[in-house]
Amino acid sequence: MQRVAVVRFPGSNCDFDSLRAAAHVGAEAYFVWHRDTDLRGADVVVLPGGFSYGDYLRAGAIARFSPVMQAVQRHAGDGGAVFGICNGFQILCEAGLLPGALVRNAGLHFVSKPVDLRVERTDTVFTSEYAAGERVRLPVSHGEGRYVADEATLALLEGEGRVVLRYLPDAMGVEPNPNGSTRDIAGICNPAGTVVGIMPHPDRAWVANLGSTDGLRFFTSMAAWQPATPGRSQ
Amino acid sequence: MSYRVHVRVMPRAGLLDPQGQAVEHALGTLGFEEAGAVRVGRAIELNVRASSPADAEARARRMCDRLFANPVTEDYTVQVEVA
Repeated sequence: MQRVAVVRFPGSNCDFDSLRAAAHVGAEAYFVWHRDTDLRGADVVVLPGGFSYGDYLRAGAIARFSPVMQAVQRHAGDGGAVFGICNGFQILCEAGLLPGALVRNAGLHFVSKPVDLRVERTDTVFTSEYAAGERVRLPVSHGEGRYVADEATLALLEGEGRVVLRYLPDAMGVEPNPNGSTRDIAGICNPAGTVVGIMPHPDRAWVANLGSTDGLRFFTSMAAWQPATPGRSQ
Repeated sequence: MSYRVHVRVMPRAGLLDPQGQAVEHALGTLGFEEAGAVRVGRAIELNVRASSPADAEARARRMCDRLFANPVTEDYTVQVEVA
């Protein structure tokens, strides 16, 4: 059984969503506080959505220096899986675990709505149960979701197939992407596909009562993953 | 010795600055048609204990590199107040 540590920062607000989703797919899911330095044998770490440290300075800028992030860095370096959702993705970029940055939406507005996406990469810990090119609909909920990176980084990401999710035009074809994100990027991963960060919220779309189950397979993929050495983060 | 340090963090030139655009639009609405190329950044002031103004600046620059500015999207300037 997968051990899944959901990190709680002051201001996290999707911590329970992620915990419930992980438990739903059979993982042994538990919370880890931002001051903790022990991930308690986690196979997977989830950095949930929210507004860690009030988004002060920049989204994720202060969370990256919290004690738990040292452990998350080591965990990722050892080949452990890390899933950053929304604010978690912002933290992963600030921490340098993923390249680039997430800045203010081009339209200035906070966007909170379902969006259409294409799953671009399926050999990651969190997308293995999707079909390449599959269209999914997931909610987004962010004010700073516009992905930016320099040209060299973008070329590297595209060349190595590290764009995991891309925004698609909606059914009307009017709104290509909700935040002005470069190349419609909604999620990326590290070269191994073990560290994944995405702006949309699969944690809000894994059971019919939530209006969609399109996000469920992020979690079933995670549950199906076979880590090389289980519970590496002692 | 403690120095007052002024840090200015600005969105990198060339990066779309929607805040700046919105402010520019508002200025236009108010009749300030002479205003243009508005960009919005962030100012941080702090006291820094250091042996000299140059030392204070060097220390503040390290803070900028690690925390105040995102190297992907922002540039910064550092000014040390000389009393």
